[in-house]
Amino acid sequence: MTAPLKLTVRRSDAAPAAGEAVEVSVRVPSEVFVIEEAVELISRHCLAGFPSSQRFHFRLRVALSEALANAIVFGNGEDPAKTVDVRVECVMEHVRLYVTDQGSGFDPTGVAPPVAPQHLEQSRGRGLFLINQLADHVRFNERGNSICMTLRRH
Amino acid sequence: MGFSSAKDDRGVTVIAVEGQLIVGNRQELKNLVQEALDAGDRKFLIDFSGTGYIDSSGLGALVSVSKKIREHGGELRLAELNEDLRSLFELTKLDTLFAIAESRADALANF
Repeated sequence: MTAPLKLTVRRSDAAPAAGEAVEVSVRVPSEVFVIEEAVELISRHCLAGFPSSQRFHFRLRVALSEALANAIVFGNGEDPAKTVDVRVECVMEHVRLYVTDQGSGFDPTGVAPPVAPQHLEQSRGRGLFLINQLADHVRFNERGNSICMTLRRH
Repeated sequence: MGFSSAKDDRGVTVIAVEGQLIVGNRQELKNLVQEALDAGDRKFLIDFSGTGYIDSSGLGALVSVSKKIREHGGELRLAELNEDLRSLFELTKLDTLFAIAESRADALANF
């Protein structure tokens, strides 16, 4: 039985025009069955108090689910001794998510796009592609073990 | 949260995805389809009216069960995808791979 996820939420008043800022952080065990709960918990805090479209809600949940799956399965190799750190900055205009695993990192430029006809019937390889399609901006740290995704709310 | 499966009166196995179809439960869907194939079922409809979101592993599982069903001489149809879910299939070009119907009734017609 996995321990309940512990979420830390910090609220601050950013520049008056920008309104309130919320930072959410949570440490997630390397267990795929925790992903759904983590996504719901984090997205609930990202949406609370900020007007967001239904489309944004959907994009946020899928992108975060993908990033967590990549971190847990490929980054940490589902090693129970490793964890994934998620930190989210929420402001009125956008949400910025950092998902960091404890793996050795990978080269995101080495992933082939999965939409070519000859790749369509492959059952894997769509995760990063979907993230790039759903987020407005995506970048990795130099080591390749931390992804930063920015999603605008509208 | 999970899957429900029932056979309609025309022999179509209708699987409803309740909640998410993601890395944590995709194997359950694959097992469900395999068991039905082993039992002789050949016509499958997956109903997404109760689905929140699908991740790439879920899409991969659908590709995988689609191939399995075809290998057994069967057919898979998908139905009741809302606009957001449909966009995932369009972005990944999987809308060209699957028979996607608007509604369950449309999918079952002439199956």
